[in-house]
Amino acid sequence: MSFMSSFVLTLPEVILSAGAIALMMVAAFAGDKAEGLCRWVAIALLAAAGMASFHHAGEAFDGLYRADDFSLYAKLLIYVAAAVSLMLSPRFFSHEDRPRAEYPVLILLATVGMGMMVSAVDLLTLYVGIELNSLSAYVLASFIRKDERAAEAGLKYFVLGALASGILLYGMSLLYGFSGTTHYAGLAKAMADGVNTGELFGLVFVMAGLAFKISAVPFHMWTPDVYEGAPTPVTTFFASAPKVAGMAMLARMTTVALGPAAAQWQQILIFMALASVILGAVGAMGQTNIKRLLAYSSINNVGFALVGLASGTPDGVSATMTYMAVYVVMTLGSFACVLHMRDADGHYVEDIASLSGLSRNNKALAAGFAILMFSLAGIPPLLGFWPKLLVFFAATKAGLFPLAVIAALGSVVGAYYYLKIIKTMYFDEPAPAYAPAQSYVEAGVVAVSAVLLVGGYLLIPVLSAASAAAAGALF
Amino acid sequence: MSGFPILSTMVLLPLLAAVVAVFLNDKAARWLALGTTLVLFAMGIALWLGYQMNGAQWQFVEKAPVFGAFSWALGIDGIALMLIVLSVFLMPICILASWDAIEKRVPEYMAAFLLMESLMIGVFSAQDLLLFYIFFEAGLIPMYLIIGIWGGVDRIYASYKFFLYTLAGSVLMLIAMLWMVNQAGTTDIPTLMNTDFPVEAQHWLWLAFFASFAVKMPMWPVHTWLPDAHVQAPTAGSVILAGVLLKMGGYGFVRFSLPMFPQASADLVWIVFGLSMVAVVYTSLVALVQSDMKKLIAYSSVAHMAFVTIGLFTFNRQGIEGALVVMLAHGLVAAALFLCVGIIYDRLHTREIDRYGGLANNMPYYALFFMLFTMASVGLPGLANFVGEFLALVGAYKANSWVAAVATTGIILGAAYMLLLYRRVAFGESRNADAAAMPDLNVREWLTLAPIALATIWMGVYPESFMAPMRKDVGVLLARIEKAAPAGDAQLTAGKPQIKKDAHGGHPAEAAKGAHH
Repeated sequence: MSFMSSFVLTLPEVILSAGAIALMMVAAFAGDKAEGLCRWVAIALLAAAGMASFHHAGEAFDGLYRADDFSLYAKLLIYVAAAVSLMLSPRFFSHEDRPRAEYPVLILLATVGMGMMVSAVDLLTLYVGIELNSLSAYVLASFIRKDERAAEAGLKYFVLGALASGILLYGMSLLYGFSGTTHYAGLAKAMADGVNTGELFGLVFVMAGLAFKISAVPFHMWTPDVYEGAPTPVTTFFASAPKVAGMAMLARMTTVALGPAAAQWQQILIFMALASVILGAVGAMGQTNIKRLLAYSSINNVGFALVGLASGTPDGVSATMTYMAVYVVMTLGSFACVLHMRDADGHYVEDIASLSGLSRNNKALAAGFAILMFSLAGIPPLLGFWPKLLVFFAATKAGLFPLAVIAALGSVVGAYYYLKIIKTMYFDEPAPAYAPAQSYVEAGVVAVSAVLLVGGYLLIPVLSAASAAAAGALF
Repeated sequence: MSGFPILSTMVLLPLLAAVVAVFLNDKAARWLALGTTLVLFAMGIALWLGYQMNGAQWQFVEKAPVFGAFSWALGIDGIALMLIVLSVFLMPICILASWDAIEKRVPEYMAAFLLMESLMIGVFSAQDLLLFYIFFEAGLIPMYLIIGIWGGVDRIYASYKFFLYTLAGSVLMLIAMLWMVNQAGTTDIPTLMNTDFPVEAQHWLWLAFFASFAVKMPMWPVHTWLPDAHVQAPTAGSVILAGVLLKMGGYGFVRFSLPMFPQASADLVWIVFGLSMVAVVYTSLVALVQSDMKKLIAYSSVAHMAFVTIGLFTFNRQGIEGALVVMLAHGLVAAALFLCVGIIYDRLHTREIDRYGGLANNMPYYALFFMLFTMASVGLPGLANFVGEFLALVGAYKANSWVAAVATTGIILGAAYMLLLYRRVAFGESRNADAAAMPDLNVREWLTLAPIALATIWMGVYPESFMAPMRKDVGVLLARIEKAAPAGDAQLTAGKPQIKKDAHGGHPAEAAKGAHH
């Protein structure tokens, strides 16, 4: 394959990285007053990259990078999530600090990294993608420099992230050392005649490193702190796009590279899935900060998505991808609700108690939030139920009954804290009303996500076809 | 059958009205809700009239594969028909009962009830397994809000308990459903009802479904959510809970557990009988000592529902038909009793039995209605419950005489606690001045109680109207479960009379006949 056609295949990443570099120049010379321009150009670049992803036909750069239906699906989700988080950001930053022109650039770079993660079919590409994403993310977490919580979040994220990268890299080196290749297909070939101890160790370390990125238990400890400390729009971004990327790279890694070692990684995934579901549910109960609660909620959701992956079947991967699509909608909507939470002086608040009696002060917002919470709890007829059903179905089909049953019971435990938020909004006496919304963007995101969750069942044929095609690309 | 999608209309119309109601003011929302429920009642009657008793098993069938993996499939048999008629009959009464009692957030309240109605009709008419589950579970959302927003003092605890109990029961059923879908390759309920699952698997599946329906029913010992939910819910909420939601459990047994897992139903019948026997005696005794009227009626509901479960699992026609009639009768009578409690609660704002007394003096019409429904609940012949309970007990006797014997004590205890309640509330001296000053029924309350009273008498005097549509479907069910039916311990066999040649040299047959004299 010629060098040129490789560039054509990687066009989404080329667009985003070239655009990011250009915007960095703009930011450097025009200063922060160009923030609006940078933001809209970045959103346009994401749209363009999304369009470019539709052209996909195989591997580029001698098997370092692969563009297929799977990467297309994941990338579209990532780009949408990144674009929406960008749209939600300016009002928050102008209030808490000031909008900075570097912000869209960092988001773009993180997105390039995520694109590489989902397209990587070689351990090296994967690592480069992860690091590009992570380094941008560390900076984003502490983006408000004067805020101590943000600085702490950034530092914590960095230290633990670096540790996870180290573990991952160590696992990769073991895999390379024992199989002689970093290429996914080569790894699968090397393991086809049995997994030796070295490869097994490599596999375990790699899984541990990847689990950190999707904040699966027991590598979840950073999540609540970082989600709480990071500026809310950044948390929105963290909770949505990188989760998709992480889940996608895990899916590709397990099915393509470690396919022959399914029996080994299945155990790990089953444990992580159940631990995440249960700890996510139990951990969220005592929370009083909405962002911490949503952090545990994301751990809980990652657990459910892993249930699909743990089945190790095309159905399972397809269910996981459907899960991530719905999860992105629910997460973006929930954080858009959180961005509405401003006290009478216009300060952002994160206290769940401040939601008290919201249904009487702001009917529409309360209804939207309630729909999102019921959906996250997986109560039909809201769309959040559907992917849960799919992952349970996949697990049942694969014969993993204990997994399905325990996860299903875990969803009941999880329902408790989502109900708690609804109870606060609908049953409790009203707290002081929030300041009026500053823009239609937040309200729009809440409205769109609520409508999608209520009427989403009509989209199931499309969603299932897309997820099935995506999963089909891996098998 | 005409091509008009009447079931879809009945599911979607209240949904639409619910959305509209949110945007209206209090008065308009009340009228919209009343209008919509009355239209649905009319459609329910049309459904009843249009139902062909000897026609196809499934009528008014609609199917639209709009969801890809499963479809919007609706259709009813006679059992579903009667439950839908019950639901749409009770709904306008609920709206009327909340007319003045609900003062805050009226549009949302009406919207929640309309949503509830849509989902109830959906549950009884769904012909797709996943669609059924969606309707079944979705009912939690409006009920949670109804209890939590408009309920009593401990409403929040009750709403959580209601929600989490029912959800926990249901998720196990979901896993079982997914296994069945995978095994049978279809989500179509009529097909699944005729699918023979491996016996080994049937037991697990049956237990998973049982977990859900037993909570919904509710059966002892997972009934504890019911008294809390009833006591805290507003009057109309209790009416719907007792009138229709509890019937979903029984409906689930008839629609899923029995026809889909006949062998498991037969093997595990001891669980049902055992729990039901405990429920009949235990909850009746608990009801005896209640000082809160709603709690008393709630516990009596658990006892009545135990008759339903006993009847359903007798594997004979009397038992099953009896159970179905108890479901309908209890739907009317328990609903009416909760309305009766609601009427005096609206006046005095307490449910303590001791705060009342001697109401027959100042509220004669109220006392009359209350008496009628008390008698019906006790199982007085000529009123609705008697028919069902009698048949269920006859069926139970054929299946297991011990069960029948224990269940019958429930009737005696039922008479005890209901008559005691009635005496303490309606008879005797007026002990409290404020209770003695309460005015009798107003027009609106007449409108809520009179239709139920008429229906109760109708069902008691001429139950055939209600049993005829279900007869064929009970037959189909029996044909399906017959081969698994366990042998009863009280099978009556024809005697072997001694054949004596008498002096007249008559035929042996005549002699045998003579032996009976």
